[in-house]
Amino acid sequence: MIGINEVIETNDMIRHMNLDVRTITMGISLLDCVGADLSDTCDRIYRKITESAKDLVHTGNEISRKYGIPIVNKRISVTPIALVGGSVAKSEDDFVEIAKTLDNAATECGVNFIGGYSALVSKGMTPADELLIRSIPKALSVTGRVCSSVNAGSTKTGINMDAIRLLGEVVRETAELTKDQDSIGCAKLVVFCNAPDDNPFMAGAFHGVTEADKIINVGVSGPGVVKRAIESVRGESFEVLCETIKKTAFKITRVGQLVAKEASAMLGVPFGIIDLSLAPTPAVGDSVGEILEEIGLEFAGAPGTTAALAMLNDQVKKGGVMASSYVGGLSGAFIPVSEDQRMIDAVEAGALTIEKLEAMTCVCSVGLDMLAVPGDTKATTISGIIADEMALGMVNQKTTAVRIIPVIGKKVGDKAQFGGLLGYAPIMPVNEFSCDAFIERKGRIPAPIHSFKN
Amino acid sequence: MKKTIITVLGKDRVGIIAKVCVYLSGNNINILDIAQTIVDGYFNMMMVVDCSASSKDHDMIADELSEIGKELGVQILAQQEEIFNMMHRI
Repeated sequence: MIGINEVIETNDMIRHMNLDVRTITMGISLLDCVGADLSDTCDRIYRKITESAKDLVHTGNEISRKYGIPIVNKRISVTPIALVGGSVAKSEDDFVEIAKTLDNAATECGVNFIGGYSALVSKGMTPADELLIRSIPKALSVTGRVCSSVNAGSTKTGINMDAIRLLGEVVRETAELTKDQDSIGCAKLVVFCNAPDDNPFMAGAFHGVTEADKIINVGVSGPGVVKRAIESVRGESFEVLCETIKKTAFKITRVGQLVAKEASAMLGVPFGIIDLSLAPTPAVGDSVGEILEEIGLEFAGAPGTTAALAMLNDQVKKGGVMASSYVGGLSGAFIPVSEDQRMIDAVEAGALTIEKLEAMTCVCSVGLDMLAVPGDTKATTISGIIADEMALGMVNQKTTAVRIIPVIGKKVGDKAQFGGLLGYAPIMPVNEFSCDAFIERKGRIPAPIHSFKN
Repeated sequence: MKKTIITVLGKDRVGIIAKVCVYLSGNNINILDIAQTIVDGYFNMMMVVDCSASSKDHDMIADELSEIGKELGVQILAQQEEIFNMMHRI
């Protein structure tokens, strides 16, 4: 039988270390929603989403009460809309209509975000893909809950530089259209390399075409728990430190596994994967930056940061895979700037720069995330930053992503306020040397040599 | 049988266990095990109970125990046992 100290430990994690299930995300395929025309397709999409996810929020709340564990978000991801809308959406505005339908369906279901306003263009763009990408600024400015992502490269295909060039402009335009809210539209747009089909975390979640009709994916978090656990091994060897992180990751993931199985059974939807990611929030004690400090760095960004992060990320994965039958998604440490108080502090102290962040993304999950840059940053510069990050993903055979926010009207020294889970961000200086001629080249970067494994 | 773990956390005082036990017996909930300890000066108690004969569901029991906790100035939680088993048993 379970002992009192084990009960106390678990409840202490929940009460004092921000242990939570970050999201239950229901993936819904919309491939069977293509209708005769735009309005018929929108009707079908609305019906399928609201019917499939009608009990999602209620079920999440019920599980939360049963086990006394907070389940912070309930979300929905759908098939990339460029695939669904391709035959009926003939203009950017037609795609925006679909975005509005997604927004309404999300509101009806009571979820705070719906992901999948997406296009998969790692090798080339269909006319529908291009229309969808061009419609992103408007779609994100007229909806509140819709999240968008574009997969613009992969290890197998190389990098679609035409898409990257276009996305630099799209990011800027999105920023312009939402400039009255510190360009918040860009916080809902992610550019990926090697995007996973089953990621439950926003803003990059979509329901991949390789997935079943419906699926439950669960994202667990707990930077605070890891931080507290390694406080007890201060000064100890790497062996002891790694063992501690691994055990903690195991415990956290097991909670996710329980919640995922329960949600899957209650909703009658198959269980997909657990994504164990150390996903920080702006709350004190819920920070990846703080873990890096506890490992022994004055600030995130100090020399040694990349090594510390590589170790952290690896131990989190090793603990996680043992705890669940299916681990997937992104699974690792997230390093968003605005959503992590100690990362913000590191930027403000001058310890953390974009270039160091880029190095850090080589060894942890995802990439340059929630990065606020000056509002006058050129589209080609944004494309260049995205291309660099895509190259890291392509060569290292991992997922990388960019969520960059040129905050219109603000410059280095100012702050952008996004509110809620998105937090606030100091504007970071950008290398202003030009990459115009590089970005203006047409075509794609070929796949790297090590992709030829057949 | 699905077991429920009831935990009480707070400053020790006379009658905590008595009051919780009165509630449990009144609702046909059987106590299987009780343990208590003091951590950092706080009173921690854990009860393993079986609610299967109770006419009330988990939510209602959890809410009513939480109310009793407020009257006593302590925090009372009711959680199903699986969360602890999952985390601490392979």
